[in-house]
Amino acid sequence: MASSSTPKYNSNSLESTSSKRALNDGTNWEQNEEIPRLPGETRVTDKDVIYMCPFNGPVKGRVYISNYRLYLRSVENDPVVVLNVPLGVISRIEKMGGASSRGENSYGLDITCKDMRNLRFALKQEGHSRRDIFEVLTKHAFPQSHNLLFFAFANEEKFSENGWMVYNPMSEYRRQGLPNDRWRVTFINEHYSLCDTYPSLLVVPYNATDEDLKKVAAFRSRNRIPVLSWIHPETQAVIMRCSQPLVGMSGKRNKDDERYLDIIREANGQISKLVIYDARPNVNAVANKATGGGYEGEDAYPNAELFFLDIHNIHVMRESLKKLKDIVYPHVEESHWLSSLESTHWLEHIKLVLTGAIQVADKVSSGRSSVVVHCSDGWDRTAQLTSLAMLMLDSYYRTIEGFEVLVQKEWISFGHKFASRIGHGDKNHADADRSPIFLQFIDCVWQMSKQFPTAFEFNEQFLITILDHLYSCRFGTFLYNSEFLREKEKVAEKTLSLWSLINSEKSKYTNPFYTKELNRALYPVASMRHLELWVNYYIRWNPRIRQQQPNPVEQRYMELLALRDDYVRRLEELQITNNSKVSNSSSSTASPSQIVSQVQTHF
Amino acid sequence: EIHIKKPTEKEVNPHLLPGELLLCEASMVYKYIQEDGSDRGTYGKLVCTNFKIAFLDDDSAPNENEPQFKNKIVGENDITLQCVDQIYGVYDEKKKLLTGQLRKYPEKLIIYCKDLRVFHFCLRYTKEEEVKRIVSGIVHHSQTPKLLKRLFLFSYASAAPNSTDGRNQTVMFDTLEDWRYELERTKGNVKYKAVTTNEGYRVSEKLPLYFVVPICISEESILKYEGRGIPIWCWSCHNGAALLKMSAFLKEQDDSTSQMQKAFLDGIYKTISKPPYELLKTEDLSSSLPSLQDIQTAYTRFKQLFLIDNSTDFWATDVKWFSLLESTNWLEIIRRVLKKAVEVAECLERQHTNVLLIEESATDLCCVISSLVQVMMDSHSRTKSGFQSLIQKEWVIGGHGFLDRCNHLHRSDKDEAPVFLLLLNCVWQLVQQYPPAFEFTETYLTVLSDSLYVPIFSTFFFNSQHQKDINTSGESLKIQSGPFRFLTVWDWSVQFDPKAQAFLNNPLYAEKPKPDKSQRKTARFKHQRQLSLPLTQSKSSTKRGFFREETDYLIKNILGKRIGKFINSSDEPPNSFREFYDSWHSKPVDYHGLLLPRIDGPEIKVWAQRYLRWIPEAQLPGGGTVATTAKILELMEEVQSLQVKMDEEHSQGTLGDVHSVLVLRNSARLSSLFPFALLQRLSVKPALPTSTWKDLEDEDDLVKRDDEFVDLGGEML
Repeated sequence: MASSSTPKYNSNSLESTSSKRALNDGTNWEQNEEIPRLPGETRVTDKDVIYMCPFNGPVKGRVYISNYRLYLRSVENDPVVVLNVPLGVISRIEKMGGASSRGENSYGLDITCKDMRNLRFALKQEGHSRRDIFEVLTKHAFPQSHNLLFFAFANEEKFSENGWMVYNPMSEYRRQGLPNDRWRVTFINEHYSLCDTYPSLLVVPYNATDEDLKKVAAFRSRNRIPVLSWIHPETQAVIMRCSQPLVGMSGKRNKDDERYLDIIREANGQISKLVIYDARPNVNAVANKATGGGYEGEDAYPNAELFFLDIHNIHVMRESLKKLKDIVYPHVEESHWLSSLESTHWLEHIKLVLTGAIQVADKVSSGRSSVVVHCSDGWDRTAQLTSLAMLMLDSYYRTIEGFEVLVQKEWISFGHKFASRIGHGDKNHADADRSPIFLQFIDCVWQMSKQFPTAFEFNEQFLITILDHLYSCRFGTFLYNSEFLREKEKVAEKTLSLWSLINSEKSKYTNPFYTKELNRALYPVASMRHLELWVNYYIRWNPRIRQQQPNPVEQRYMELLALRDDYVRRLEELQITNNSKVSNSSSSTASPSQIVSQVQTHF
Repeated sequence: EIHIKKPTEKEVNPHLLPGELLLCEASMVYKYIQEDGSDRGTYGKLVCTNFKIAFLDDDSAPNENEPQFKNKIVGENDITLQCVDQIYGVYDEKKKLLTGQLRKYPEKLIIYCKDLRVFHFCLRYTKEEEVKRIVSGIVHHSQTPKLLKRLFLFSYASAAPNSTDGRNQTVMFDTLEDWRYELERTKGNVKYKAVTTNEGYRVSEKLPLYFVVPICISEESILKYEGRGIPIWCWSCHNGAALLKMSAFLKEQDDSTSQMQKAFLDGIYKTISKPPYELLKTEDLSSSLPSLQDIQTAYTRFKQLFLIDNSTDFWATDVKWFSLLESTNWLEIIRRVLKKAVEVAECLERQHTNVLLIEESATDLCCVISSLVQVMMDSHSRTKSGFQSLIQKEWVIGGHGFLDRCNHLHRSDKDEAPVFLLLLNCVWQLVQQYPPAFEFTETYLTVLSDSLYVPIFSTFFFNSQHQKDINTSGESLKIQSGPFRFLTVWDWSVQFDPKAQAFLNNPLYAEKPKPDKSQRKTARFKHQRQLSLPLTQSKSSTKRGFFREETDYLIKNILGKRIGKFINSSDEPPNSFREFYDSWHSKPVDYHGLLLPRIDGPEIKVWAQRYLRWIPEAQLPGGGTVATTAKILELMEEVQSLQVKMDEEHSQGTLGDVHSVLVLRNSARLSSLFPFALLQRLSVKPALPTSTWKDLEDEDDLVKRDDEFVDLGGEML
């Protein structure tokens, strides 16, 4: 419905080279149909610039800036160079060169993006020509720093699906068979009074009272108590998530917390120990005692077994991604590609996160043991581990809608600090709170989908689209740090959900090879032999590396599908005519519907 | 859990091929199942014949689920003598390489195979006498120098007369006619001719009986230096430019000799630079590509990464996997070879020049580059029969020294170099980058590489056509039973039944639109079908149009000052290659046209099927590309059955036979390395890394930090 009036947004071609018709008049873009605009998007300014394309050299063009995007179109038309960059993607804007700078194209703007690229524009040196464009860009790219609203609040797009309806915590827990006689739903956090970074609805052991929960909260960092994320339909073993216990230097203990973990252990009738996975490296967990944190000691928790998963902190991950960008943008390190890749440690981190998640999933599934997962605060590494383990164990999360639920639940509702980690609309590009934790999670999902190409209903484009809108600020989905704040800002009423866009055009994000398989645990192999750099994401701006689109294997499959449907249709027609011919003499000929159903049983 | 089956006294006999003789055997040998580091395994008999080493399982109950893909000649527990790479003995937990005479006999035997299988045999329960016999037997027959006539090839050929027709789609290039067809197919016959000068091997024993040279080359020139300095035709491009190769002169001490040779060469160059010949560009491969020694060293290091003893080994090497890979240099060599082939293709396609590949013998890197160029430029070489014909032309008849390069006879280690494997590795890169462009699968390439070590085919067991010819008669070997009729590896029915052969055909192959029927009717010769040249004008015109202007300019330029002038490779502006490469990659792929490999670092990959197939930890049950292939095959079967139904409906009731295509049942249970490495492990236990995380040396300060610096006694958000 919206697609006809709204320009299509193709996230894989944020920069694209095409051979479209020439622009009639670049100055009058109000009437220019070729410049995409969303409903609610308003023009701000436009200007002649030279785009310093790192692949094709300087490109003369005109840049159009709105409250949502930066759009560039080359003046020359063969081929047309187009840049389509949501302002939310911008991390940093710098002026390069001065009024007196010598050399061609040395005066202009250098824009660092959050999606693995940099943009350079050269401007005319005379008359401070870059001043207003710099100011306009800074203002609209960093609305939070200028007391402005995100574009998501101005977006007037219409979609046939409402993505805010995708996740309903109650129905998701019901899907898991909860509540039951061992687990109950509590509304103790309805007004976020127990924990302001948790969702309002929580699932806890039946045998723990709300009073117990309050006491436990006092002993967990930021009151993030152990709550249920997922329950195994057969073993009844559960995945619990929380933050670190407030053990501190003195080795404090808390009877309520100890008892609470024991209740969790007993809830599935298990006799063996409760397994606690601390996502951090051992040394970091120890170091945390200095600031009041720590981990569950053996003395205090004799019925629990603690394992450290050695996943590094947000700062290490940020540096790793920075190094990765260095070797892929703008030019791909040529002769020592493998050792350069290794030196970024990016895939090693991916390997560790996946390894941790496999351990969690395996313990719940074949170990039939409940597990508790935490890191320091339980909103970064913990979210990665629980959501990946759930993806491995529960095939529902491998569907498009199921994955949306998973992200909504384990990441958005449980307070992964998207605003801080991404720095939405914030000019402070060097903020130490920023870290690509969610990107790393999506990368892990991509690795799994690459290893098991028939196990996921969604395709690569789905994951790339999620990442594009993680930054774009076009949707409210990833804005703010917690459910509490999102409610305060009325995000669901005032903005659109990313899932509206996706679910309105599902076929675009569907993997044709998807084969539904229930209850199969899907364990990726966390070996460097199988982990790959996600070239189609990290190196997608480089025209030399760009992979064939559409994927030829997929294309062939689609052709065959069309051929089959054509045969089925023609067969039906044939049978109708044949049936009418012989209807007098015989009535035993198979009806078209029978044929069709036979065909379908093949699948 | 340790699960050792009780040995059973039961007589099991090896399955012997015609001409195969049992040499020695030992019972109560315990073979470990290389899986989870446990001591699980089975008892059985270890035998050594003049063809293979085989392990015979004591309770070899007929397998309920017969594998879909099985080699009829070499079984799962068979190792041909030529396939043995290295043998280690284990003495008190220490591994020691076994080569010649043994003084002490090991308690465990580890056999590393050239197809990268690893066998662990425990001899602790075997009688001492039998241990001595079997160990020295295996070491002797597989590791010590051998005479050519002792190759199993001859025993087999004399015991099993070749009854197969031998004629298949593959052009063997052993007749003058075959060469003429090839000239005709590529329209090279205007400027090149097939010659009979080498009949009776008068020119050289290294050259094939028949080959093709420029028409202007005289018989005397060919004879003068035993074929050295003569440009030999490989292939002609659609635009008339040709790929040539030449065996270079050796460095001469004598000044006057080298002067004469230089004059001779100048004469040749002049002759073939004149019209109608295109401008000539020479490409000295010995200076622009890694040496055979480099290739051998790289591969030796590389393969070591895949000869994994156990799970601990696997995870220990996983931590530094990328730098280990890089340090072998194997992938970099593949990249450089592919790049060179693109450069040559650029000269032929865009610059319209002839390219003359030069190498000392013109039978190693020349074969690699010329084959690759043809695979990239001639879509006929991307069909199965076309590829096989290409291997015949450039390698088998072309005179690649398979016997020496594979070191089949263990006569000289210094000649060993995996040149043919290098080609297969390069072709694999193209196969995985452009799945619809090839009629064959990666499985085809894998079994082809395995066939290098199966000595019942003559294909890979001679150094030259001459060597094969003189040995076929049987006289030179003083064997009564000659002349022999050897099998060719291209007769895939020898190794695989039809069901298994289906795995060699690519279901994704986008077949070239067939010429219409009237044309086909007139086709009389087996090669006629390919007479219309691969680069169809209509399809690739846009691609080539891009260069047209430039080419015209070049031609004009060349016509002006062509005589006595030939360009050397260094004259070329360095960015012309990049421009060619980038411009090709910026356009949609025509699977029947020119195909250029992507050669950037992230694009060159490890051939997982060949190298990881026997490693249990590396398997993805239900994953890998086989999962999507299975879906496609399933759908193809469905479409086919619908087609049959349609026909039935049309003809009202006549029941046709349903021809089933290859179907991979229960694809969710297949290993990613299918059709190899059938899943033995049925448990759903995930593979978990056991090695520890290495330090982040340079990031110590970051590592120690906490996510957020907040004192937890402090304020909440």
